[in-house]
Amino acid sequence: MNAQADTATQAGEGEYNFAYLDEQTKRMIRRAILKAIAVPGYQVPFASREMPMPYGWGTGGVQVTASILGRDDVLKVIDQGSDDTTNAVSIRAFFEKTAQVATTTRTDEATIIQTRHRIPEKALKEDQIIVYQVPIPEPLRFLEPRETETRKMHALAEYGLMHVKLYEDIARHGHIATTYAYPVKVDGRYVMDPSPTPKFDNPKMHEMDALQLFGAGREKRIYAIPPHTAVESLDFEDYPFEIQKFDRPCAICGAENVYLDEVVLDDRGGRMFVCSDTDHCEERRAAGHTGEAGGIPLKGEETAR
Amino acid sequence: MYVAVKGGEKAIRNAHRLLAHERRGDRAVPDLTLAQIVEQMALSVARVMAEGSLYDMELAALAIKQARGDLIEAIFLIRAYRTTLPRFGYSEPLDTAKMRVRRRISATYKDLPGGQLLGPTFDYTHRLLDFKLAAEGGEAPGTPELAEAAEEDMPRVTDLLGHEGLIEPDVPEGEIEDSETGDLTREPLSFPAGRDIRLQNLARGDEGFLLALGYSTQRGFGRTHPFAGEIRLGEVEVEFFAEELGFAVPLGRISVTECQMINQFQGSAKAPPQFSRGYGLVFGQGERKAMSMALVDRALRSRELGEEGGAPAQDEEFVLSHSDNVQATGFVEHLKLPHYVDFQAELALVRQMRREWEERNRKDKADAQEAAE
Repeated sequence: MNAQADTATQAGEGEYNFAYLDEQTKRMIRRAILKAIAVPGYQVPFASREMPMPYGWGTGGVQVTASILGRDDVLKVIDQGSDDTTNAVSIRAFFEKTAQVATTTRTDEATIIQTRHRIPEKALKEDQIIVYQVPIPEPLRFLEPRETETRKMHALAEYGLMHVKLYEDIARHGHIATTYAYPVKVDGRYVMDPSPTPKFDNPKMHEMDALQLFGAGREKRIYAIPPHTAVESLDFEDYPFEIQKFDRPCAICGAENVYLDEVVLDDRGGRMFVCSDTDHCEERRAAGHTGEAGGIPLKGEETAR
Repeated sequence: MYVAVKGGEKAIRNAHRLLAHERRGDRAVPDLTLAQIVEQMALSVARVMAEGSLYDMELAALAIKQARGDLIEAIFLIRAYRTTLPRFGYSEPLDTAKMRVRRRISATYKDLPGGQLLGPTFDYTHRLLDFKLAAEGGEAPGTPELAEAAEEDMPRVTDLLGHEGLIEPDVPEGEIEDSETGDLTREPLSFPAGRDIRLQNLARGDEGFLLALGYSTQRGFGRTHPFAGEIRLGEVEVEFFAEELGFAVPLGRISVTECQMINQFQGSAKAPPQFSRGYGLVFGQGERKAMSMALVDRALRSRELGEEGGAPAQDEEFVLSHSDNVQATGFVEHLKLPHYVDFQAELALVRQMRREWEERNRKDKADAQEAAE
C-alpha cells in the first residue's frame, strides 16, 4: 500500500517484475482504481491482462492486488472464508513467489485481504484493503445480457427492472429468493454486484472502515466502495432485507451470528455446522471457546491427498 | 468425523508432481523434442501461435509439449507469456501482395495472373488412414519437385476486381488509411467496435467457435453469399518503422494464411451495387480458421452495410464477447472451484421454500376436507 514507488526501481528478482505485472500495467490499473473510488459502485473498464491463472479464477482480484501491493504489505487470501482452500493457497503462493511479501492467515494482521465469496467475520480496520474477486460484475446481467443496454441503464439510474425482479420473487415465493450476489445500492447512486458473497455479508459492506476494491479480470471491470460509504441492500418497505440466520452455533467454536458451512458427516443425514471463516474459528478456539463437537485439535492434521 | 480440511498446499504440490509424471508418459518411449513438434505437428503449432497471438514456433511447440497436446491449454500458456513481453511499437501493415506464395487458390477465376498454386494441402487427398506412417523409422517420402520462386509479386484477386470498381475499396472512402488501429490487448473491448478491433478479436478467436458461426451463415442464419475470392499461404516480411532512422526496417519473415471472401451486395442508398469483402488472416497455415474468420467478419458488417441483422454471427456483442477460448475455458472451468458458501445459502433457501410449500399443501388439503364435510 505504501511502498509502490520503490517497486519499480527494485524490480527484477527472478524473471518477472515485482508482483508479476509490469509497472506500466500497474499504473493503468491504479488509475482505474482511483476512478472507481471517485465514483463509488461504478464499473470502470480497464485493459485487463492475461494472467498465468485462468480467467474466472481470480484474475481481476489478482491484478488489483498486484497493483496496490507494496513490499511492506501483509497479504491474506481467502476463498469461501478459508485460507486453505486450494485456489486461495495457489494465489497466496503466486504472490509469495512473485512479490516475496509476508502472508498471514490472521485477519487483523493483514494489510490487504483478497477474497472470494466471503467477508471476514472480524470487522476490518481503516488501514486495511479488501479485494474481491468478481466473476460477473454487472448486477443487471441476468436481466439484460447486453452490455450496451446495461451501461445505459446505469447511466440513467434506471433500476426498475431489478425491483421488478425482486417483486416477482415475493409474488411467487413470498420472499426475495436471492441468497448470494444480492444487489446493493452504493452511496445512493449505483446498483452494484457485491460479488457472490452470501447476503449475510452485505451489511458488513455498509460504512466499512476499510477500502473495498472489486476486480473482474475476464469482464475487464474494476469498481470500489471507499471507506465509510453507505451500502444498502435493495428491498421494499414491507419486505425489508434480511440476512441468513442459523439456528445453531458453530459446532467447533460455539460462535453465534457467523456464517456457517454445513459439513455432511455420513449418508444418513448426519451433519454439523461450522464457521466458514476458518481464522475466526481458530482464534476463538485458541481463546478457549468450544462448541458441541469440542475437542478437535487446533490446526488439524493434513487430510487432503 | 469431521477434521478441518487442511493441506491444500500439499495436495496441490502432489497433484502437480503427478501431472508432470503423466505428461512424460512411459519412460521407455523417447521424449518429444521441440523440433519434432515444430516440424511434424506444424498445424498445431500454427493454431497455438494464431490464437495465442505470438509468432514463435519454438515457444508454441514448448507450450504444446507442456500442455500434453491440449491446444487451448497451450494457447493459454502462450498468452500468459506474451502479456509479460515489453512492446517496442507496432509494425507496418503487412503487404500480402508481396507474399512469397506457397499456395494460392481462387474459386472465382479459372485462371488468373500468377496462376493457381495448389501447394501443401489436404484438399483432394482421400481420407484413408495411411498405415505406412504407423511403422517407425519408415521410408521418408520422396522430395517434391519445386519450381523457382516467382520473380514478380502475385496480385490479389480483390485488387483485380478493384481496378474495375466492382468491389468495395479496402478502406472506405473518406477514411484515412493510416488512422490509428485499436488494440484490444491494451484497451478494454467496448461496443460498437470498429472493424479493426473486430478483426483483431477474430484473429485471436477460437477456431471451433468461428467455424460454427461461419457455418451458420452458410445455412441461412445471416446469409452473406460468399465466394472464396482467394486463399493464399506464404511468407511475408514484417517491417518496423524506426523513428531514429526515419525509415522502415525489416524484422523478419512470418508465415501467414490470408483469405479474402467476396460477397454479394445489392447496393444501398449509400453505395452502388458491388461486391463486398470479408477478411481473414492467421499466423501459419490455418485455412479453416482464415475462411471462418472471413465469413464472420463479413457477417459482422451487416449493420455498416445496412443489411437486416439478427443472426448470431451478425451480433457483434455476442460474437466478440464469446470468441476468446482462453476466457471461455477459464470461466467454464471455474465451476470446479469450491462454491460451498453460495451453495449453503441456496440449500437453506430451498429447504425454507419446501417447508413453506408443504405447509401450504397441508393447509389446502385441510381446507378441501373441511369444505367437503
